[in-house]
Amino acid sequence: MNNKRKKYLAFPYVLWMAAFIIIPLFMIIYYGLTNRNRQFTFENLTIIAEPSNLKALWLSLKLSTLSTILCLILAYPLASILTKIKMKNKSILVFIFILPMWMNFLLRTLAWQTLLDKNGVINTVLTFFHLPLINIINTPGAIILGMVYNFLPFMILPIYNTLSKIDSSVVDAARDLGANEFQTFLRITFPLSLPGVISGITMVFVPALTTFVISDILGGSKILLIGNVIEQEFKYANNWHTGSGLSLVLMVFILISMALVSKYDKESEGNIW
Amino acid sequence: MKKFISVVLLIISAFALSGCSKKYDLYVYNWGEYMDPEVIKQFEKETGLTVSYENFETNEDMLPKVANGAGSYDLVCPSDYMIQHMIEEDLLAELDFNNIPNISNIGSQYMESSKAFDPDNKYSVPYCWGTVGILYNKKMVTEPVDSWSILWDKKYKDNVLMQNSVRDAFGITLKYLGYSLNSTDKEELEEAKEKLIEQKEDGIVQAYVVDQVRDKMIGESAALGVIYSGEAIFTQRENPDLEYVVPKEGSNLWIDSWVVPKNAAHKENAEKFINFLCRADIALMNFEYITYSTPNEAAKALIEDENIKNSTVAFPDNATLARCETFQYLGEDADELYNELWKEVKS
Repeated sequence: MNNKRKKYLAFPYVLWMAAFIIIPLFMIIYYGLTNRNRQFTFENLTIIAEPSNLKALWLSLKLSTLSTILCLILAYPLASILTKIKMKNKSILVFIFILPMWMNFLLRTLAWQTLLDKNGVINTVLTFFHLPLINIINTPGAIILGMVYNFLPFMILPIYNTLSKIDSSVVDAARDLGANEFQTFLRITFPLSLPGVISGITMVFVPALTTFVISDILGGSKILLIGNVIEQEFKYANNWHTGSGLSLVLMVFILISMALVSKYDKESEGNIW
Repeated sequence: MKKFISVVLLIISAFALSGCSKKYDLYVYNWGEYMDPEVIKQFEKETGLTVSYENFETNEDMLPKVANGAGSYDLVCPSDYMIQHMIEEDLLAELDFNNIPNISNIGSQYMESSKAFDPDNKYSVPYCWGTVGILYNKKMVTEPVDSWSILWDKKYKDNVLMQNSVRDAFGITLKYLGYSLNSTDKEELEEAKEKLIEQKEDGIVQAYVVDQVRDKMIGESAALGVIYSGEAIFTQRENPDLEYVVPKEGSNLWIDSWVVPKNAAHKENAEKFINFLCRADIALMNFEYITYSTPNEAAKALIEDENIKNSTVAFPDNATLARCETFQYLGEDADELYNELWKEVKS
């Protein structure tokens, strides 16, 4: 097959993208910039300045940043241990990390609810051993836990991939030239693994920022994130215009955060976008 | 190559189009867990008609699907205020009661209450009804419970489950404050909002939930919860320490009724099914499965378990009912106001 013909193979994907990504995006832009009488307006965007919306947005940014950092702290050492392990079939280890993802995301989150509940599994066990009880259900802490738990594999995998692709002779050369272990990590390994870190951050931060399921289930619907606000506009208030407008604002925040991250990593720009 | 790909695409699209092939004689759209599956099987056996049965979770989910004709349903079971809204929007067909002789089994007082949303009893047949009240655990709450005020008592910090729905949450707060639960008065609603915020800020609310009130109360994760009377009977079966009351300030009396959308393709089959559901033995079988109060007097007479038959939870006395109000559709502007205030409560 020559290149010209290969192009046709992309046809189904292009069709898919147009139908389920591009067109919906334009519909969101259309709804976001009009009101119920189909007149052009910026009202749906400026509504973000309302105190209740600002609070939800700020909380979302705070919680998703925190869980991204936590994911990174947990995932990086883990990924580097995974790379260094000398085993014949390393893919089995990676497989174990992906295994939880085989189960439905909602089920896993609901399971945490049962675990953390006041009279839940964890507290029942703790009572049995006369240990202090954990009371984090329906607090921001539980939401962060849910985010970290659900999105951790998305941080481990890209970092593991880039780390395992680093040519070991580069590291050897650094050691040869007198760099100690810490210096080698700081100046060779870490910069080379940055593309993985960046895509890991993206893959954790974006879903964490927009989630509404985790905050609903583990926050007892008491804690309103910006995702919940948008969900409410669509589902209960039946106001697609405000919902779309807020989604557009959220998209801007995602773009800003991505731009900030990529600023520190000019070379791998091609990887994220 | 090009030819090959177009052939493949053609086949794929042919498959995609042929997905919707099976045709049914009746399309029913009902709340989840709101009918004994045996009822449908028996109807199919007796009439030879095939039934497609689908569920919705809230009135608000159901409305757009019926309104756009996306689902083309023949029989739907919305709540009172939503039926009123659908009548106003001209979405419903008038029923031919000649096809529903068993309507005589339905108690006249329920037809009378239905007039709040269906003034001439032309569009709807009552299916289930009930109240909203407080479910509490006798082991954790020793004082008598008779007022909504207990939901604002700091003693029960982190021990109260509230309904995660705008109208229910505001409804009980408005009743507590002595207003109508159909209030559209901005000041009254602001006052209710302040109350709800106070309840949340004081840490009394453990969570805002809908279906989980049932499980959490059975599992004794909370002392008090706002719940529908039909669920209360179920929870008492599972945990005898639970008690249900309709507070003295009054509450919501709701009715879910069968209606036929205007664009229904099988109106006659739908009426046949309504008639079937109104039959005493079928209504009884259904009542025992879903435990929501039935408006079917003939079925009530057949209930064998005296405890259930005389239960004030399932069949509250007239004095209690007199204190209750039915929800009405308040219009788009009021809806928006409610949602706005609810958002302020939550954030």
